Amino acid sequence: MDKVITIRKGLDMKLKGEAERVTVNSRSALYAVKPTDFHGVLPKLLVAEGDRVEAGTPLFFNKYSERVLFTAPVSGVVEAIRRGERRRLEEIVIRADEDIAYRRFDVPDLATATPEALEEVLLASGLWPVIRQRPYDVIATPGVAPHSVFISCFDSAPLAPDLDFLISQRGAEFQLGIDVIRKLSGAPVNLGVHADKTKATEFLSAQGVNINVFRGPHPAGNVGVQIHHVDPVVKGDVVWVIHPLDVAMIGRFFLRKEYDTTRVIALTGSSVKQPKYYKTHMGADISALVEGQVTEENQRYISGNVLTGTRIEPNGFLGFYHHGCTVIPEGDHYEFMGWARPGFDAFSFTNTFLSKIFHRKPFAPHTNLNGGERAFVVTGQYEKVFPMDIFPVQLLKAIMIKDIDLMENLGIYEVVEEDMALCEVMCTSKIEVQSILREGLDLIRKEMS
Amino acid sequence: MKFLRDILDNIKPQFQKGGRFYKLHSTFDAFETFLFVPNKTTFKGSHIRDSIDLKRTMSLVIVALLPALLFGIWNVGYQHFLATGVTASFWEHVWVGFVAVFPIIVVTYVTALGIEFGFAQARGHEVNEGVLVSGMLIPLVMPPDVPLWMVSAATAFAVIFGKEVFGGTGMNILNPALLARAFLFFAYPADMSGDKVWVHAIPDGFTSATPLAQAAAGDITSIPSAFDMFVGTMPGSVGETSTLAILLGAAFLFMTGIGSARIIVSVFAGGYLMGLLFNLWGANPFMEVPAHHHLIMGGFAFGAVFMATDPVSASQTGKGKYIYGFLIGLLAVLIRVLNPAFPEGMMLAILFMNVMAPLIDHYVIEANIKRRLRRTKARQAAAEKITQ
Repeated sequence: MDKVITIRKGLDMKLKGEAERVTVNSRSALYAVKPTDFHGVLPKLLVAEGDRVEAGTPLFFNKYSERVLFTAPVSGVVEAIRRGERRRLEEIVIRADEDIAYRRFDVPDLATATPEALEEVLLASGLWPVIRQRPYDVIATPGVAPHSVFISCFDSAPLAPDLDFLISQRGAEFQLGIDVIRKLSGAPVNLGVHADKTKATEFLSAQGVNINVFRGPHPAGNVGVQIHHVDPVVKGDVVWVIHPLDVAMIGRFFLRKEYDTTRVIALTGSSVKQPKYYKTHMGADISALVEGQVTEENQRYISGNVLTGTRIEPNGFLGFYHHGCTVIPEGDHYEFMGWARPGFDAFSFTNTFLSKIFHRKPFAPHTNLNGGERAFVVTGQYEKVFPMDIFPVQLLKAIMIKDIDLMENLGIYEVVEEDMALCEVMCTSKIEVQSILREGLDLIRKEMS
Repeated sequence: MKFLRDILDNIKPQFQKGGRFYKLHSTFDAFETFLFVPNKTTFKGSHIRDSIDLKRTMSLVIVALLPALLFGIWNVGYQHFLATGVTASFWEHVWVGFVAVFPIIVVTYVTALGIEFGFAQARGHEVNEGVLVSGMLIPLVMPPDVPLWMVSAATAFAVIFGKEVFGGTGMNILNPALLARAFLFFAYPADMSGDKVWVHAIPDGFTSATPLAQAAAGDITSIPSAFDMFVGTMPGSVGETSTLAILLGAAFLFMTGIGSARIIVSVFAGGYLMGLLFNLWGANPFMEVPAHHHLIMGGFAFGAVFMATDPVSASQTGKGKYIYGFLIGLLAVLIRVLNPAFPEGMMLAILFMNVMAPLIDHYVIEANIKRRLRRTKARQAAAEKITQ
């Protein structure tokens, strides 16, 4: 390993409820694909309630990009098609078979296949959506070659799954996935690893890639931060980002010629009795996982991590891009003079509560906003946890006034919500940083298309 | 505290939409959120939020002001008895000072909070906590015998024209507390300067100038010793005299991370450097005042620690903060020494730099933008080379 890129700004949050490195098998009765997991996708249904599907049968496609199919993660019967407000398609629920039946795909031989053929089979199988692009953090547009590909091999978010643990024994699949991506993209593939924490040889000895070594606190593991420090996104660029476990899933698809969505997910959080890993499938109903593990009422169930995850019901479904599920207590209670207390155990990473001195254990935070929303007052706070050469507050203000030129100039193409999630956590004024940024990204994407 | 909560829950519906007192909901919210951190949970974005909020931040600034306030109260009494020549005990000093200072604080808070509540009510937004800090800063920069109606008028001017017309806390351009002082300084100079106002209930025929005024008059020899000025046993505004007490507050602001260390340090650096330059020049007695004396005279330290650091009116970028602070220190000493009409250069320097702060930020941000554009151009040039 040569040069280490040191990230100085950021914050490693130690939270209670980290998953033990033990995997148990879990079977859920229901699985779902949620069109809401994908930004900018207008779903058009291809199945109806009661239809039989195999793993890999298309369920819907994106009306804006019709070649992008979304397929069933398991075989079974379409049990429900749930819609929300204004008939927005929210969930396609499948009652799974005892034994999963897989659709066979005609997978070309990698050595002789053209990029077009690879693209075709990835689109047909429903694997294509694992490839996301920057800017905007949306599914990559088929037919558009990227400038580069980035894969972050460590997750620095609080209570994140240990990717070293999840990739173990899957080196061959991962390497094959890398080979597919290289051929498909024709662009350099970059892996980001942690200088001290990444030990897995599956990552470290991957062939045909540039390995970039990072050190530092979260968000060092965010692929956007890694891109920023290695080869920043400029206007007009397309950069692909893929989760390393999804790379392995692509590899597995080329080995087995089946859309196998087996996924090991981490069940974490202070409300979970024995946090550990569960082997299930993509889009699993979490009630099978949390049964007996979460007994308290009034909990927040999150698909993903506490910074960027999606709120789901206790019988909700895991997200397409999520490899973890976190359960923490809801904070819908009042706290008497909470702002004036000494705060021996207050959840805070500032120096304004005595917890800074006295609280040495991992925190077990709840979901209270801990204050009222205000205008921007305190300065310098976002910059401490935002390791990019970008002015975060000024960028958000540019979005608020919808000044597209200014957003571009201030570097909106380089950031997505997860990169600024810590700013949101630390914000004194309780500003909804991630939603504001998403508005800006959506606006600029609309203007550009 | 359950019974309090029960009372609030009981009357809350009347203040909510459709309730009888809906018009007063801002006021109700202000009291409710003062007593209880609301039960509101995260809806979008991050599911967890740090416990820090604006109430906490602002109340910690007030804690940081306490040493200066307490010392100020004692010093007002001490200066009074020094002038009258009566010997008195420590507690008598404190009592006389308290009687002089407490009404100023009460008047400031009543005026400021009244206006803030009124505006919040009229606009239907929440009451902002910034006014709590302004309400404490204003008394501390007043002479001890300032007429109370003036305090009230100045506070009203500062809160309305310094803040509310721009949209409230977070939107203002100038530091409201300093604006209150500037208002009085220009509107009622007789009560804000000279050698009669700096000691509480000064006896007839007795004059007591601040060290700054003495220095401006070229009367270098009667300036108190550096030690006295550092500790603060000299005439002056209520909370400004003791650099020691102010530095205690500064240490607290550093520790809690609320005050910008960049600004504070660079203000002192700027002032010291300008003082040194004047020492080299040495054209008049004031220029020969040792550079470090500038940092402990008048309102320099107070301005550096509590006024220049107001995050809303200060520069908001990291580099900008250094420039902003440095120029405040520099200008403060420059105005003091070269313009005898304005012995308190700190106030003017900070207000001037408040106005300039957005310009500083503009250039700092512009540099970032240029860097990004260069990168884009380099990439495009490289791409063209490949296609050729």
